[in-house]
Amino acid sequence: MNIVDNAKLAAQAVVQGAMAKLVPLAPDSWIPGGVPDPLIARKHGLIGSPVSRRDGPLKVQGQARFAAEVVLEGMVYAALAYATIPRGRIATLDTDAAEAAPGVVAVMTWRNCPRMNPPAVFGSSPTAAGPSDLPILQDDRIHWNGQPIAVVLAETQEQADHARSLIVATYQADPSTTSLAAAKAHGAVPGLFMGTALLNEKGDAEATLVAAPHRVDHLYRTPRHNHNAIEPHGATILWDGDDLVIHDMSQMVTATAATLAGVFDLEPAQVRIMSPYVGGGFGGKGLWDHQILGAAAAKMIGRPVRIALSREGVFRLVGGRTLTEQRVAIGATADGHFTAIVHSGIAAMSAHNNMPEPFILATQSAYAADSFKLSVDTVAMNMLANTFMRAPGEAVGTFALESAIDELATELGIDPIELRLRNEPDKDPVSGLPFSSRHIDEAWRAGAEAFGWSARNPVPGARREGEWFVGLGCATGTYPYHRMPGAAARITLTRDGRAIVEVAAHEMGMGTSTTTAMVAAERLGLPIEQVEVRYGDSIIPGAILAGGSQQTAAIGAAVIAAHHALVGELLKLAGNDSALAGLSVADVGTEDGALCKLDEPSRRESYTSILARAQRDTIVVTEQASQPLEIQHWSMHSHSAIFVEVAVSSVTAETRVRRVLGSFDCGRIMNPKTARSQFRGGIIMGLGMALMEETQFDERNGRIMNPSLAEYHVPVQMDVPEIDVIWTDIADPHTPMGAHGVGEIGITGVAAAVANAIYNATGKRIRDLPVRLDTLL
Amino acid sequence: MTPFSFTRATDPDEALRLFEGNASYLGGGTNLVDLMRETIARPERLVDVTALSDTIEETADGGLLIGAAVRNTALAEHLGVRTRYPVLARAILAGASAQIRNMATVGGNLLQRTRCLYFYDHAGSRCNKRAPGSGCDAVHGFNRNHAILGASPLCVATHPSDMCVALAALDATVHLTGAGGARTLPFTALHRLPGEHPEIDTVLEPGELITAIELPPLPFAANSTYRKVRDRASYAFALVSVAAALEIEGGQIRDVRIALGGVAHKPWRATTAEAALRGGPATEAAFRDAAITELADAKPLSDNGFKVELVTRTLAAVLSELAGAAA
Repeated sequence: MNIVDNAKLAAQAVVQGAMAKLVPLAPDSWIPGGVPDPLIARKHGLIGSPVSRRDGPLKVQGQARFAAEVVLEGMVYAALAYATIPRGRIATLDTDAAEAAPGVVAVMTWRNCPRMNPPAVFGSSPTAAGPSDLPILQDDRIHWNGQPIAVVLAETQEQADHARSLIVATYQADPSTTSLAAAKAHGAVPGLFMGTALLNEKGDAEATLVAAPHRVDHLYRTPRHNHNAIEPHGATILWDGDDLVIHDMSQMVTATAATLAGVFDLEPAQVRIMSPYVGGGFGGKGLWDHQILGAAAAKMIGRPVRIALSREGVFRLVGGRTLTEQRVAIGATADGHFTAIVHSGIAAMSAHNNMPEPFILATQSAYAADSFKLSVDTVAMNMLANTFMRAPGEAVGTFALESAIDELATELGIDPIELRLRNEPDKDPVSGLPFSSRHIDEAWRAGAEAFGWSARNPVPGARREGEWFVGLGCATGTYPYHRMPGAAARITLTRDGRAIVEVAAHEMGMGTSTTTAMVAAERLGLPIEQVEVRYGDSIIPGAILAGGSQQTAAIGAAVIAAHHALVGELLKLAGNDSALAGLSVADVGTEDGALCKLDEPSRRESYTSILARAQRDTIVVTEQASQPLEIQHWSMHSHSAIFVEVAVSSVTAETRVRRVLGSFDCGRIMNPKTARSQFRGGIIMGLGMALMEETQFDERNGRIMNPSLAEYHVPVQMDVPEIDVIWTDIADPHTPMGAHGVGEIGITGVAAAVANAIYNATGKRIRDLPVRLDTLL
Repeated sequence: MTPFSFTRATDPDEALRLFEGNASYLGGGTNLVDLMRETIARPERLVDVTALSDTIEETADGGLLIGAAVRNTALAEHLGVRTRYPVLARAILAGASAQIRNMATVGGNLLQRTRCLYFYDHAGSRCNKRAPGSGCDAVHGFNRNHAILGASPLCVATHPSDMCVALAALDATVHLTGAGGARTLPFTALHRLPGEHPEIDTVLEPGELITAIELPPLPFAANSTYRKVRDRASYAFALVSVAAALEIEGGQIRDVRIALGGVAHKPWRATTAEAALRGGPATEAAFRDAAITELADAKPLSDNGFKVELVTRTLAAVLSELAGAAA
C-alpha cells in the first residue's frame, strides 16, 4: 500500500471516530509523512535555492491589481458611518442631508438593507468565516463602539465620504461592559479554542510549586493590538444575475464564499471570491462586515460596489489581538530542573465570537516539567470581535513564559540558555507524543555563537556606553506545525511539457505562489518556467487557509496527492508500448519532464511522448490531500532562539534595539529568500509588540482612540536594526518537503527577548507590554 | 471632506483680498488637509499662499528673515541656519518625515493643531477645542501626551510642533499682515494658553496672514541644540522636547535660552529656569535645579506624571552637553 491509500484508510477510520484514539499509537508507516517525502532527499534542486518572487516585478511596477483597484462598469463607491456607543439602540438616524448630497445614489441603513442571515462565525464549522454571529445592519441594535450604522453609496469616493459626514445619529444607550475590571467582576469562563478546552493539567502543579526550593510567580499583561497591513481592507463587488462575485483580499477564499452563500441564501458555487493579491494578511484578511455590506448594497441598488475602508475603518471594523493577563509561575530545583509550570490567566472577548487568545499553547511543549497547570479563561466585553493576529496565543504567551524563564535564571544564577537546555524535553511533556523534529538545542548553540552571547555580563546595568546602558537578552519562540484538512490540488499537464497547478491558496506577499511553483516543478521534474500556479480563487477545488503557518504544508500534501494521481494516469496512458510498461506508481519517479524507473533511470518516457502517443493534448487530475493525521501522531513544532541587544538611555529611558539575531529550527527552508523576509518581518512585528504597539481602547466607552498609523505606533525604519537570521535547515522527516511554516514563528519570543535585554541593561523587570520609557525612568 | 473652493494668491495683498468668510490659508497642507479629511476643519474657501515669499534673507542687523512659504526642508538645510542656529535645523529634522518636511511651510508649521486623540475623534468624543463647550474627554482619558504646564480645566492639549520650540527659544519675531496693516509679534506671544477659549490657538486676527519669521542675531545660538524624546526613533510627536542655547564665560553662565515642547498648549519658553541659571555655575546640579524650578507649577494628569522627571533629566542633559561644547 502507498501513503495515499494508507492515509485514505486512516482518514475513514477517523471519520468513523473509533480509530481516532489509535492514531498516536499507529505505526508510522500508516501516517502521512510516515515515509519521508522523496523531495527531502533531493539536495541540489530548486528547493532550498533563493528564488525571487514571481509577482515581484508586477508589484513594483504597480501592475498587480489589488481588490480595491479593480474597476467595474457602473461601479459606485461606499463610505461607512460608525456607531459611537458600545451598546444600545439607534434612537434616530438622519440620512436626509446625506441622501441629498451631490453624487449620492443611496444610503443603506438597517431600515432598507436587504434581509440577510447572520454569518456563520469562524470556528462554528469547517467552512465558517464570519467575524461574529451578529446580524449585520439588520436592526437598530449596537454591539460595539465602531459598528457600522450606515453605508453611503455615491458616484465618487469623495462624494461618498462627504455625504457620510452629514449623517447624524442619536442613541439610546444600554448598560455596557467596556473596562477589564468590570468584565472580570462579571466572572470568567473557560476558554474554548477551535472546539478544544484551553485547559491542561498534569500532576498537582500548584502544590509542587509551593514545595519547590526556587520559584518565580508573576503576572504579565499584554495590550490589544490592531491589524495594520499596508493594504487596508476593501472589496469590489458585483452581482452577476443571482451570482455574487467579489474581488477580495483574502486568506480564506473558500470559506468566505461558503459563508457568504449562507448569508445570502445561495449555493456555495454561486459565490466566487477572487483574491490574486493580498497586501499583508497576518490573520486579519478574512470575512468582515464590509464584504457583506458591500454585497448587500450592490444587491440593493443593482450596481457594482467598491467598498474600501479607510485606515480608521479598519480599526472600527476589523478585529485584532485582544488583551491578556497571564500568570506564569515556575518551580525549580537548585540545579534548574523545572518541577512545576503554571501558566494561566484571562483574555477578553466579545460575546459573539470564538477567539480566546490561546496564550498557553507554546507552554504545552516548550519545556519538560514534572507538573503543569495551563488554562485560559475569558471575560466578555462590549467590543469589536477580536481575531487571529500573527501567532495568536504564542506571540503573547511566549512573552510571559520566556520572561519568567529569564527571571528564574536570575534567581538561580544560571545562564538563561543553559537553564532552557537543562529542561529540554525528550518527548512532548504534556501529550507524551514523540517529537517529529526538534533541534532547538542546535539553534541555541549556533545562535549564541553567532551573536556573541558569551560576552554578556549577567549583572544588570554593568555595561555602559556613554549615556546608554547596554544589555543582551534572549528567548525561545515556538509555533506548531499545522496542516488543516480539506486541501486539494488540480494539475493540468500539457503535451508541450507545461504544467498548471491550481490550489485554493493565497499569496499575501510571503512568496506562496513562488514556493508552490518551486515545489511543483521539483516534484514534476519540470523547469520552474514551465509551471504556472493559479491560486486565490474560490472556484479552484479544495480549501486551503492561509493561516496557522500551514499553507505551504497543506499545498505540499495536496500536490503530493495530485502528483501521485497524475503519475498513475500517465502510466495508464503509456500502456504496454512504453519503456515504463508494467511499472506501478511506487516504482517511478519524475525528472527532466519524464517518468522514469526509480532504480533504473534509463527506463523512461517523457510526458510529451506519452501524451503524443495517446493523442492527448492535456491530462488533468484533481486530488484531495491526505488527512493530516501526522499532527495527532507526533508533536510537531517550529522553534527559535531569539537574541537581542538593546541600549537604554540613562537620561530619557528610551530603548533602542541595536542588534537582533534569530536562530530558527523550522524544518527544511524552501526558499531562503522569501523565508528570510518572513522571519525578519515577524521579528520586526515582535519589536513593535515589545516597545510600542498598543490599541488605545477607552475603557469609559469602548472606543478605539488611536485609529491611525500616526498614533498607533509600529516600528519605523530607524527602530529596526540589522537583523541576522540563521537556521538549522534540518528537514522534518514527517512533513511534505521536510518543511515547517515560517509565517508566525518569527514574532514569537521577540518581545520577551527585548524585555529580558532591557532587564540586563537596566535591572528593571517590566512585565507589561509595551515597554515604554515611562516605566523605565 | 466638505466641498470648498480653491484659489492661489501671488502676493500678500491678494491673499488678504481672497480671504473671505469661512476661509483658510493653505500652506503645504500637511496638517490642514488631514483636518479637512476628518471634517474637523471645514473651510469653504482655501487660499493657497505657497507662492508667497519662500526666501531666506540676511537682515541688516545680522539676523535672518525667513519667508512664510519656505519649506521646512529648505530651512533645515540652509547653511546659515545650520551654523548659526543649529537648534532650529535640528528641531525641524526631528519632526515628521522627509516627505512631509518637503511639503510643509514655515507659516503652516506655526499653525498646526494639537494631536490630542479626542480632538481628532470628531464623531465620537467631546473636545472643547473642536466644539467649544462640549467638554474634554482627555482630562480623564488617554492623556499621556498631554500638558503638564499652563493647561486649563477645559483643555489639556499640547502644541505638536518641534520647529516652534526652537523658535520660542531663539526670540524669533513673527511678521504679520492683515486688514489693519502689517505688524510684528514676539514669537512667544503668538500662541495662547487654553484658558477659557481652547478653541483659539493663536492671537492672530481672522484673516491675518503670517508673512515671515525673523531670527535676531544671537551669536551664542551657534552653541544650541534640540533634543526630542518620543516613543519610537522617528515619526512620532514629542513626549517632551528641549531647545536650548548656552553661553558660558569663565565657568559661569553668561546667557541661556530654553524652550520646552510637549508640555503645554504652546511652545513653553522656560524663563524661570533661564533666570535661575543666568550668572550661575554651569553644573549638572544647577541645570537640574533650574528645571525643577521651572516645573514647580506642573500639574500632571493621570498618564503623564513621568514628564516632570523626563523634562528635568532631558533639560539637564541638553545643557550639560552644551556646557561641554562651550568649555
